Amino acid sequence: MIEFILNNQHIKTTQPSGSTVLDFVRYHKRLMGTKVGCREGDCGACTVLVGSFENNKLVYRNMTSCLMPLTNVQGKHIVTVEGINQSELTPVQQAMIDTNGTQCGFCTIGFVMSLTGFVMNETCCSYTDAIKAIDGNICRCTGYKSIEKAANILSNKITERPTSNATEWLVENKFIPEYFKNIEDRLRLIPNPVSQPNSSDVLPIGGGTDLNVQKHHLVKKSETLNLFDNPSLKYITQVTDEIKIGASVTVAAFEESTIIQNILPDIKKYTKLISSSPIRNMATIAGNFVNASPIGDMTIFMLALNAKVVFNSGREIYLKDLYKGYKQLDKTKEELIQEISFKLPITGSVFNFEKVSKRTHLDIASVNSACLLKLNNEGIIESAHLSAGGVGPYPTYLTKTATFLTGKKLTDDVIEQAINIMQNEVSPISDARGTKEYKRLLLRQLFLAHIQKQGVEVFNLLNDISA
Amino acid sequence: MSTKKTISDSKDIKSFTGPDFYNHVAGKSIYVDDIPAMEGMLFVKVFDSVIAHGKILSLDYTAAEQLEGVVKIFSAKDITGENQIGGIIPDEPLLADGEVHFCGQPVLLIAAETEDAAEEAYHKIKVEYDPLPVITNPREAFAKGKLLTSSRKFQLGDTTAAFKNCTYVFEGTTEVNGQEHLYLETQGAYAYPTEHNSVRVYSSTQGPTQVQKTVARVLGIGMNQVEVDVARLGGGFGGKEDQASAYAAMAALVAYVLKKPAKCILNRMEDMRMTGKRNPYSSDFKIGLDKELKILAYEVTHYQNGGAAADLSPAILERTLFHSTNSYNIPNVLATAHSCKTNLPPNTAFRGFGGPQGMYVMECAIDYVAKQLGVTADIIQRKNLLKDGDEFSYGQIVSACEAESCWDKLEKEVSIEKIKEEINAFNKENKLIKKGYSLMPICFGISFTNTMLNQARALVHVYLDGSIGVSTGGVEMGQGLNAKMMQVAAKEFGVSLIRIKVESTNTSRVVNTSPSAASSTADLNGKAVQDACKQIQERLVPFIKQELSIGINDTIYFVQDILYVNGIATTHNWKQLIAIAYVKRINLSAKGHYATPVINFDKTTEKGHPFAYHVYGTALTKVTVDCLRGTYELDTVKIVHDAGASMNPAVDIGQCEGGLVQGIGWMTMEEVVYNENGKLLSNALSTYKIPDIYSVPNEIDIEFLKTEKDNLAILKSKAVGEPPLMYGIGAYFAIRNAVLAFNPNTNITYHAPITPEKVLMGLYSKK
Repeated sequence: MIEFILNNQHIKTTQPSGSTVLDFVRYHKRLMGTKVGCREGDCGACTVLVGSFENNKLVYRNMTSCLMPLTNVQGKHIVTVEGINQSELTPVQQAMIDTNGTQCGFCTIGFVMSLTGFVMNETCCSYTDAIKAIDGNICRCTGYKSIEKAANILSNKITERPTSNATEWLVENKFIPEYFKNIEDRLRLIPNPVSQPNSSDVLPIGGGTDLNVQKHHLVKKSETLNLFDNPSLKYITQVTDEIKIGASVTVAAFEESTIIQNILPDIKKYTKLISSSPIRNMATIAGNFVNASPIGDMTIFMLALNAKVVFNSGREIYLKDLYKGYKQLDKTKEELIQEISFKLPITGSVFNFEKVSKRTHLDIASVNSACLLKLNNEGIIESAHLSAGGVGPYPTYLTKTATFLTGKKLTDDVIEQAINIMQNEVSPISDARGTKEYKRLLLRQLFLAHIQKQGVEVFNLLNDISA
Repeated sequence: MSTKKTISDSKDIKSFTGPDFYNHVAGKSIYVDDIPAMEGMLFVKVFDSVIAHGKILSLDYTAAEQLEGVVKIFSAKDITGENQIGGIIPDEPLLADGEVHFCGQPVLLIAAETEDAAEEAYHKIKVEYDPLPVITNPREAFAKGKLLTSSRKFQLGDTTAAFKNCTYVFEGTTEVNGQEHLYLETQGAYAYPTEHNSVRVYSSTQGPTQVQKTVARVLGIGMNQVEVDVARLGGGFGGKEDQASAYAAMAALVAYVLKKPAKCILNRMEDMRMTGKRNPYSSDFKIGLDKELKILAYEVTHYQNGGAAADLSPAILERTLFHSTNSYNIPNVLATAHSCKTNLPPNTAFRGFGGPQGMYVMECAIDYVAKQLGVTADIIQRKNLLKDGDEFSYGQIVSACEAESCWDKLEKEVSIEKIKEEINAFNKENKLIKKGYSLMPICFGISFTNTMLNQARALVHVYLDGSIGVSTGGVEMGQGLNAKMMQVAAKEFGVSLIRIKVESTNTSRVVNTSPSAASSTADLNGKAVQDACKQIQERLVPFIKQELSIGINDTIYFVQDILYVNGIATTHNWKQLIAIAYVKRINLSAKGHYATPVINFDKTTEKGHPFAYHVYGTALTKVTVDCLRGTYELDTVKIVHDAGASMNPAVDIGQCEGGLVQGIGWMTMEEVVYNENGKLLSNALSTYKIPDIYSVPNEIDIEFLKTEKDNLAILKSKAVGEPPLMYGIGAYFAIRNAVLAFNPNTNITYHAPITPEKVLMGLYSKK
């Protein structure tokens, strides 16, 4: 039995906990405003708002309902477009009309929901935030310029919004209906998600952003173990020189963490290259690890921080040792990741994450790479960690290259040798994301981008090294 | 009854974008999959071929059919009528019969009570194939004599003689890839049986009559037994002009045979692998210029990748020839085109309909000349723009030309010379970031090139309470058609917009419709609406004059529902007078008809006057390329577009922006990838990327060249659906130019799209 609030309606359902929120709202509740576009989180036509407690505060985030398993709605507020409709259009809906932000209309509801999520998010107020809110929504008709104008109108409209407890203001200004005022109290009456015992016929699931893309037909009929809302897996803490991250921490929670922002000031620049806002709201870092995609962005990211994973069995290994072959992990079926940890980078270290894909945002990398280098005062590399995706059967930690670099200065000669070693460490294949020749060249370029971030001029190297 | 004042009187009428939009933003608009399911509805799932070419040796679906919830599995032999869906040429079965010709070709239909049962059955079906050789490349198909239709040749002057007089002659080869439509709403239809052995079909189609015709043919019944209804599409872009018919026929077949409602909606991956896309082209060009850089001669041969069946490719091929010289005056032209049969899903219409592919080659030829001679392409482009009195290769004489006026207006605002200087200075300063720019003039002919299709009908009812219902043959797919139809009726009658409702497109109300395509929907259907309104007015005016004792020579008209006599408002209004008209038994309903005058085309000579008019424009594109990573950003696109007297600038700007971005997608990141076995690799949204909000140009600035010249457009407001797509071609050349600024010795070929891969390989390659 799953219990939650759908718009203004209290729901108790015995639908399979692995079935999707999209199918539930459309085909069980016949709320047809939420559309089926791609069923893989890549278009946003099915976007809904999900209200849940974060640090005891009710927070709404936009998520793609096609990937969200029903188990993850326990005790939450799911809002579809029908749940924000009022006798007159909301300011978000009005802005989309005033700027001609809708043509065929099929994607429109997704934009309306994401922008409504933006105005409800008390930490967001700028135009950039508004655009970020709709970075997972694809429109094939408008060319987005009109929608940008709608985003601009809305970011201006919310300048008067109170910085906390804004529900009243949002209701007064017709962004959301009156019933939202009572949702928090109503939600508190619903029992918290119950963690079922782990058994072999129950499917453990995090945000669903990988499982529901690849194994949709399996998941939808399964009973699931909700890892996503397990409170004991949702923390980011610093213990002396170590950062500890619960397995169910999402990419969004990671980038929003002040602890992480202090260590990696460019974090939001990097995560902007990783999927989209609604997916980051759902995707867990540990999920990215165990999916073992050769281009998993967060895996590549964490490899360069030389992260460790701790299983629920108590076993602890370095992330770089988790991968044994294509989709092969050093992990038993019963083992689940409990925690991810990494040592605070030594003062003076420089971290960099690079990713190139056909489309810069909301795309899967052709090649991605991360690098953490610590140079001493003489310019000698004291420690080096380097990772690359899309160049082998699993996310690759470039052991040989990193070992070679350690103890050396970043001279042109050393860089060239490092590139040669690196090229021998990888084995890219040609696929829809590029030819193997391209991926090799791109790996070199991204490595040089890491070097450039160290303040080394790389232009001359480009001329010296022929492709 | 002159009603000139109504539009100018009402400012908001021009920014009225449509009655649908209030429902769109509230999620209340109904698409096919949103129609409430009737009791007993069956789900129809397509079982398709996994190989691109081969004989079907055996087909075993007994186990699948016996599964609980599976009602029946249909093969070719279960088709009650003809197993044929080919529109132009009858060369495409609905369900494969003995052989398959592309991956994704429908073989069987599963009808089941639930989606899960259909899915399970799908996995229980066993097929054995005997594979045959697979061809994916159009030149290979041509060499083996595999053509979908006879080749075409447009000829003007004598190129052979002209090349002898040229100072410069260059030759080259180009490749341009296809494009997935990626309408957000996938293909689908919902059908149920009605009385008298008939069916009603709700289809997401641009061509209701094409669906009706195909369903009737497949079922073996009359067109009068098939009612097709279309409320709206969640995007079409050409992909639902012809290809919606197959899925409608499948739903209808199941409904007709099993006497149950049936729904066939493709999921995204099915849609991507089963349906055709924009035709890829491989082309050879030869161009000759005099010493003043006037183009004297141009020869081009196009090898169109048609896919496994003709679909609309023969007509697309024709439009490629019509647009092979873009907006340039070239006195000697020889343009040849071959429609090549390959083992890919049958390629089809896509915004521009072969025109963009033809223009791309022309622009490559000019760019190539420019690079060889060390000038910028815009110098050659400007010198050769069309003027009134010039002749197109197909014999139509250029008139009301706006090629130079659009270019010059843009030039006046931005100064190409200054841009050139700025970019050169920037590129000198920056080693790893380079900028590039390009100009892209367009000229696009408006009318279906098949003259027959240039007709339309509309049904206008004035109800006795004064409200008005308008039905046309046009389909609303986001292009703002309903808004424009309402404007036309409001203007003709002189009533307020709220009186008017545009009905769904229904083949029982408006018959023998042409597809909503060729940018002509508003022109054709709008003129039919005008005709219907005029007929009603011709009955109303004498009646009102008699009823109110107004002199026979007095002028009367309505403005916002109020009756004016000789320019003076009266106390009489529309609602009140209609009520009386009904009592006095005036016919308040009319069917309008329109057939575009003037146009003609003779395919035996390949000469004529095929287009009602042309649309012109020029785009300037500026880009920045990151030469370390091979990525790019589009800084600015500035456009001067020939809109005529736009009747709805809000809608028309939306079409320009959307078309431009779609064209940019085609030229940059959208890469349709098939492997050598004809299997689609870019088969989902995770592997096929269309522009997102971050990848569109930072600035898009569209200005209309406003003209009041007489033309055949509805209210002189020129067609706008397709032409802006071709501005996107400018992005290709701007990016290419930035690559050349970094690496003048690059071996980069003329091969679109220019993906980050092509850019990076281009940046670090040598000739």
